[in-house]
Amino acid sequence: MDISFQQVGYSYAVGTPFEKRALYDVNGSIASGSYTAIIGHTGSGKSTLLLHLNGLLKPTDGVVRVGDVNITSHTKSKELKTIRKQVGIVFQFPEHQLFEETVEKDIMFGPMNFGVPAEEARTRAHELIKLLGLPEDVAKKSPFDLSGGQMRRVAIAGVLAFQPSILILDEPTAGLDPRGRKEIMELFYTLHKEQNLTTILVTHSMEDAAQYADNILVMHEGRSVLSGTPEEVFSNADKLSEYRLGLPRTVAFQRDIEKLFGKSIGRLALTEDQLAIAVSQALKEEGER
Amino acid sequence: MKEILSLDHVSYTYETEDEKPHKAIDDVSFTVQDGEWIAIVGHNGSGKSTLAKLMMGLMYPNEGKIRVFLEELNDETVWEIRSRMGIVFQNPDNQFVGSTVQDDVAFSLENNGVPFEKMVPRVLDSLAQVQMEEFLDHEPHHLSGGQKQRVAIAGALAMEPQMLILDEATSMLDPQGRDEVIRVVDDLKRAKGLTVLSITHDLEEVLLADRVIVMNEGKVMMTGKPEEIFAHGDVLESIGLDLPFASRLSRELRKHGVNIQGEHMTEKELVNELWTSHFNK
Repeated sequence: MDISFQQVGYSYAVGTPFEKRALYDVNGSIASGSYTAIIGHTGSGKSTLLLHLNGLLKPTDGVVRVGDVNITSHTKSKELKTIRKQVGIVFQFPEHQLFEETVEKDIMFGPMNFGVPAEEARTRAHELIKLLGLPEDVAKKSPFDLSGGQMRRVAIAGVLAFQPSILILDEPTAGLDPRGRKEIMELFYTLHKEQNLTTILVTHSMEDAAQYADNILVMHEGRSVLSGTPEEVFSNADKLSEYRLGLPRTVAFQRDIEKLFGKSIGRLALTEDQLAIAVSQALKEEGER
Repeated sequence: MKEILSLDHVSYTYETEDEKPHKAIDDVSFTVQDGEWIAIVGHNGSGKSTLAKLMMGLMYPNEGKIRVFLEELNDETVWEIRSRMGIVFQNPDNQFVGSTVQDDVAFSLENNGVPFEKMVPRVLDSLAQVQMEEFLDHEPHHLSGGQKQRVAIAGALAMEPQMLILDEATSMLDPQGRDEVIRVVDDLKRAKGLTVLSITHDLEEVLLADRVIVMNEGKVMMTGKPEEIFAHGDVLESIGLDLPFASRLSRELRKHGVNIQGEHMTEKELVNELWTSHFNK
């Protein structure tokens, strides 16, 4: 399902003294099957924007289009039911939302709520426990007896269980240790490819945005200010710094090396692998001269 | 050198109803000296959170002894000892009680019966030390994550602690907030010689420490200076920890046949090394 934003504006608490504008004239589109990263400084409107994608918030102005459904300020919540089945959101610290007595029941809750029979939901729960690398015996345990990293995985399984076609990830690895972060990001990437998901990642990690995304949307003070492929976006170091964002470490290092060489060493290095290859080749060429 | 904290063959086992007991800390011993910055690292489940709870006296070891400020930590001494340690926890939203920044910092002073005329300068001074003096009357909930954690540090400083414990205090912050907090702690350490004990995943923070203690499966696996620890890259990765970017890149470059001498933990060092080895002939 394609997603588009047309002149989307949003204010919190409209008509009260606390009214606060969070989004202004946001435009952009996200193609079905793509992996998009939304980056922006804290308070830039990233999280507000993603709440529009399954109608948790309705725009004050403009239109959010998800597949065939237009969401405007007039859209009735009933009309959003089809979207909510399609859009899975993994919120920040999703383990705070675990509530059932057992891991199995917690994962089954979502699909059963959307009318999936219990047996099928149970089968899915067990598949997901395996997929997320959890030990099989967690199914009957209380989610609250698990470690933080395991709770995170259970919560993610709960979102995947209703088989959304659009997966929205809001800082899904915050607070995890390095290995856990890498495993979870790789898992999302594999799911994205294998199940042809439309994936939207809200992140503070320029490295993750560079490595995984096809496209990046930059938010600043409630506006969409820049978008393009990671190469296009991260070529704009000056603009990014205006938006209080940095470069991925690979790109920053590449720039340092290029200063040393006095010339470009090729395409923007978006992964450590690419960077190592580009730097070693440049050094070899320099040595042969 | 004066000892601030020591663990002497400490073990701790969690008793659970339906499972076999889980030994979270297994015969751990180390000493922290006055003025040191110690980073304790380890993957989720390595025992470092349990270690933190033991050092704060939230629970007591089953075996072994913990000594803080040269006194054994137990039911009788815990309150006095804790009043001399400042603790900042992971979640910036869970540690506010005051409705304004200055009320919040004053809370523990008030609680400990510090007279008003002494309280005011201490609050102002503590907030100045974390560069939050302009936010006296702000509501804590409207601050950014990094600002909140700096206020939490100010609250700890107001009690004039002899040791600051950071329990994953930067792990929920964005990169900018993380930098703010690390910079403030680094300044404090330099200016006041404060002893800092930081339980962390963050490598930039680890690089600033005087000494690193690596925890794995409840045991101390390695201890040493950051450069000594990061020289064991493969071991660290095998227990789920990461290496600094420059160390990882050095290793990749070596795989591609680039000659790099020594260990380089920061980008600057690595760029310098590449410059000297390839251009400065």
